[in-house]
Amino acid sequence: MTKLFNNANEAIFDINDGATLALGGFGLCGIPENLISALRDKGIKNLTCISNNAGVDNFGIGLLLQTRQVNKMVSSYVGENKLFELLVLSGELNLELVPQGTLAERLRAGGAGIPAFYTPTGASTIIANNKEIKWYNGKPCILENAIIPDFSLVKAYKGDAMGNLLYRKTARNFNPVMATAGKITIAEVEEIVPVGSIDPDMVHTPGIYVHRIFQGKNYEKRIEKLTITKRG
Amino acid sequence: MALTREQMAQRIAKEIQNGFYVNLGIGIPTLVANYIPTNITVTLQSENGLLGIGRFPYQGEEDPDLINAGKETITTNIGASFFSSAESFAMIRAGKVDLSILGAMEVSETGDIANWIIPGKVVKGMGGAMDLLTGTKRVIVVMQHKSKDGKSKILKKCTLPLSASNAVHLIVTELAVLEITEKGMHLLERAPGVSIDEIVKATECGLIIGDNVPEMKI
Repeated sequence: MTKLFNNANEAIFDINDGATLALGGFGLCGIPENLISALRDKGIKNLTCISNNAGVDNFGIGLLLQTRQVNKMVSSYVGENKLFELLVLSGELNLELVPQGTLAERLRAGGAGIPAFYTPTGASTIIANNKEIKWYNGKPCILENAIIPDFSLVKAYKGDAMGNLLYRKTARNFNPVMATAGKITIAEVEEIVPVGSIDPDMVHTPGIYVHRIFQGKNYEKRIEKLTITKRG
Repeated sequence: MALTREQMAQRIAKEIQNGFYVNLGIGIPTLVANYIPTNITVTLQSENGLLGIGRFPYQGEEDPDLINAGKETITTNIGASFFSSAESFAMIRAGKVDLSILGAMEVSETGDIANWIIPGKVVKGMGGAMDLLTGTKRVIVVMQHKSKDGKSKILKKCTLPLSASNAVHLIVTELAVLEITEKGMHLLERAPGVSIDEIVKATECGLIIGDNVPEMKI
């Protein structure tokens, strides 16, 4: 059975209303641009999106907020998106804020067969409300549950037909943990390379985690905050 | 004279020791990188998955795949490494990072800190702050001593939802350097030309004040 798909539209054929999706990326870096556009074009609604950030007003997950396709976001930081803030404050959009490390670890646990774990992060905050607390090494720790999304949508630099993925620089971020966590993981890559051309030592995500893969196109790779050093 | 943003960053840079792994938050903390002495080796951690942050890129050198936690374009230093968000926070929670420098809306005399939400007003989220505050060996907060409407941000007890409790070790404001110990909050240094009285008035909680409170050397 081939994992290779022609494009994002074909790869999301069975994502329907109400699905829970994990989307890779940190800010606009390493986001699955093609898959987000395909979700927008398909027009499916009531999505739960798990992603560290919510994009900006007119790019990334911001595109799905504009069209009101998202019912709930699970994120750690959403400060770059004005529409997002308005939708949350007006009650139109549900938001679960999760500490960034806890979000990463809940996804890691989901892909690692660990149903829940104790962490000290957030134990003395409102994040701990309604969560089981245990003390370890003199510190309160809270029980956090694993996340297993219906679909994980990730972006890698290179990939092959077996689903092996290699990321580039800080565009790696949440993509590898999300790839392991999804019931179905769909990867878009900048380049599909022949099987065997990625050195096995250099594979970041082994193909076992990836169910579908395609070569994306027209990558915009928008820079959120261009910051430069002046020469001289 | 109250310190400028740059001077606050300069003062904090003195707290960084040779061999340290350091995480810098967004804003003034990012400026600290400009003042790290060149005769020591310091590795900057970016929680989006990088050890070894370098300078900002020259025009044309910028790479959309290479950003810091503030989403700014950066470069890497020699010896840098990339890793996933899960690994990044594993090293943070496990106490491998020596020092975290970040901003705050409020800090209490026992080192409680609020820096992520103003209920009903600002919905931004905690990002990696709670993990950094809980896991890092030492935490330095850089903040303005008072809010825009003149209220002290250094309090007996925080009024905003906490990010972590008993987490902050040192506070650097435009007026003073304050250390939090089990006995209370010590006034260690004052900004050049700023009186002890001025600092006491700007601080809601009590301060432990020694016989000699030197001016900061900037």
